Amino acid sequence: MYLECRVVEGARELLARGRWRAESATGLARAVADAELTGPAAVLDATGIEALDLTGAWFLRQLEQRLTQSGTPFRWRGARPEALALAATLLAESPAVGPEVAARRHEEPLGALGRWTVQRGDQAHDALEFLGRIVLVIGGVFRQPRRLRLTSVIRHVYETGIQAVPIVALIALLISVIIAYIGAQELRQFGGEVFVVDLVTISVLRELGVLLTAVIVAGRSGSAFAAEIGVMQLNDEVDALRAIGLNVVEVLVVPRLLGLIIALPLLTVVADAMGLAGGAVMSWLVFDIPFNQFLVRMQEAMAPTTFWAGLLKAPVFAFVIAMIGTFRGLQVRESSRELGRLTTVAVVESIFMVLLVDSVFAVIYWELDF
Amino acid sequence: MAAATTSDLVVAVRGIVNRFGTQVVHAGLDMEVRRGEIFGIVGGAGSGKSVLLRTILGLQIAREGTVAIDGRDLTQLTGKELRDLKRSYGVTFQHGALFSSLTVAENVQLPLIEACRLPDEVLDGLADLKIRLVGLPPDAAGKYPAQLSGGMVKRAALARALALDPPLLLLDEPTSGLDPIAASAFDELILYLQRSLRLTVVMITHDLDTIYRTCNRVGVIVDQRMISDSLEGIVHNPHPWIQEYFHGPRGRLASQATQSDAGAVGSPGRQ
Repeated sequence: MYLECRVVEGARELLARGRWRAESATGLARAVADAELTGPAAVLDATGIEALDLTGAWFLRQLEQRLTQSGTPFRWRGARPEALALAATLLAESPAVGPEVAARRHEEPLGALGRWTVQRGDQAHDALEFLGRIVLVIGGVFRQPRRLRLTSVIRHVYETGIQAVPIVALIALLISVIIAYIGAQELRQFGGEVFVVDLVTISVLRELGVLLTAVIVAGRSGSAFAAEIGVMQLNDEVDALRAIGLNVVEVLVVPRLLGLIIALPLLTVVADAMGLAGGAVMSWLVFDIPFNQFLVRMQEAMAPTTFWAGLLKAPVFAFVIAMIGTFRGLQVRESSRELGRLTTVAVVESIFMVLLVDSVFAVIYWELDF
Repeated sequence: MAAATTSDLVVAVRGIVNRFGTQVVHAGLDMEVRRGEIFGIVGGAGSGKSVLLRTILGLQIAREGTVAIDGRDLTQLTGKELRDLKRSYGVTFQHGALFSSLTVAENVQLPLIEACRLPDEVLDGLADLKIRLVGLPPDAAGKYPAQLSGGMVKRAALARALALDPPLLLLDEPTSGLDPIAASAFDELILYLQRSLRLTVVMITHDLDTIYRTCNRVGVIVDQRMISDSLEGIVHNPHPWIQEYFHGPRGRLASQATQSDAGAVGSPGRQ
């Protein structure tokens, strides 16, 4: 269609025709690739071309090069198109870097393992250094309270804490309802439905209240920290802060960290209260345990430490979530894909670390009989 | 200059009105760009140059008025016609707007991949050609935007704009942020491309040197409207803002420089 091939008096004639333009590149690529070129001699004819742009000229150039490679002498009948001359001049200047561009570096498994190990080591080193900076700034705040950015801290308490109240409350309520149902099903076999109160009280106060809150906050605020700081990195805002002489950890990291350390325990109290409320409502509606009996039973089930065992974990979880979110945000460099990748990493890592720290707490509490 | 017939008009903007809240940006602005010319858009900060460009591109819908490209009214087109129309022009944005997660070659290939089905070696070859066309070294192909200098980003953005060989090129401040040497090399590049590929170029610019060197006609946005004329005509326009613009201290220098070296266009500068 774009290239007609015929043999006239032993010579191959290649007649280009139609629109040799970028929009017909699909057809042009096929026509040039399929053309039969071997022979004693060839004649090229571009007089049938209706419209030619630089993309079309590149395909004509390909045709010329394929003829040269197959050792077929060729000549142009009529004028050699102007655009082709331009393409040829551009391509003649230096060889293309094609193969290096096209072929991605292939990694040996051992090399990949080594590179991975070194990267992990570097990251651990960076994270430790980051922790050190945070500790230094917080220490500085104690000596010089002016260095605490109170407005910023309050903003983060609002954004990570108060705005999260509805979702945290709803999820705590639903979880305690689920636990009460499943627990009652099992306990009914022994006629011990009243122990549902113990089950809900202890599991919500010691574990589920704080753990669920931390997981929700890691998803909500850990990602927000990483994305906010990451975009600031991409816009050179972080460098601007450094150039003004501000300490990035002091301005961006510590307010988020302190804000979350204040907000997460408060959210945990909300989650605990909602969880107990859910348990109480379920006990009353489904198992006919009246409120006052629920309260009495709850008091008996609780040890003095039960509530604190859960709440104590909240600031530690907050520290872990805020540190990972801001650390990953500051690692964003150069591209939007990095921003997405590191935000994901921040959320996954902070949820994982929350669970890991929680299991460490479980062991410690067991040993201390807390 | 004789009145242009409709078929000569590549871009025809008629009476557009743009308002943001109470702030009127354009109040019945007209603009005409003829085939084969380099048209410069000039205006003070906040005069709505970028809004005008966004309106021409269809990214911003004007309250009133029409925008036609190649005689086709943007608002009257169906989705497919609009997509085809968008392939007939290339755009560069002020800060390059290269896709940061793709290499230069992949940036240039993106429009091609969307428009056609091509084997990889053809895509690589065409990207290589366009990268050379804008005066970038061939090894820039494998680099990411963050690894490029400001001038190289502008050239790479131009290569992406030229990926489908559009007859119309729209440039938003092509030389802003470049040093004078890189900026004048970029002026030469635009002239070279416009002559060798027979392009029509519309550019927003603040750079008086660029205007004197490249533009055939200039449109100035003043009082929410556009006054457009040949370069010679606009310089002598009595409007006080235009007088201030072209005859302020910087304007005089640029016009003197142009008069002293009105030479032929050579090959474009290399980055």
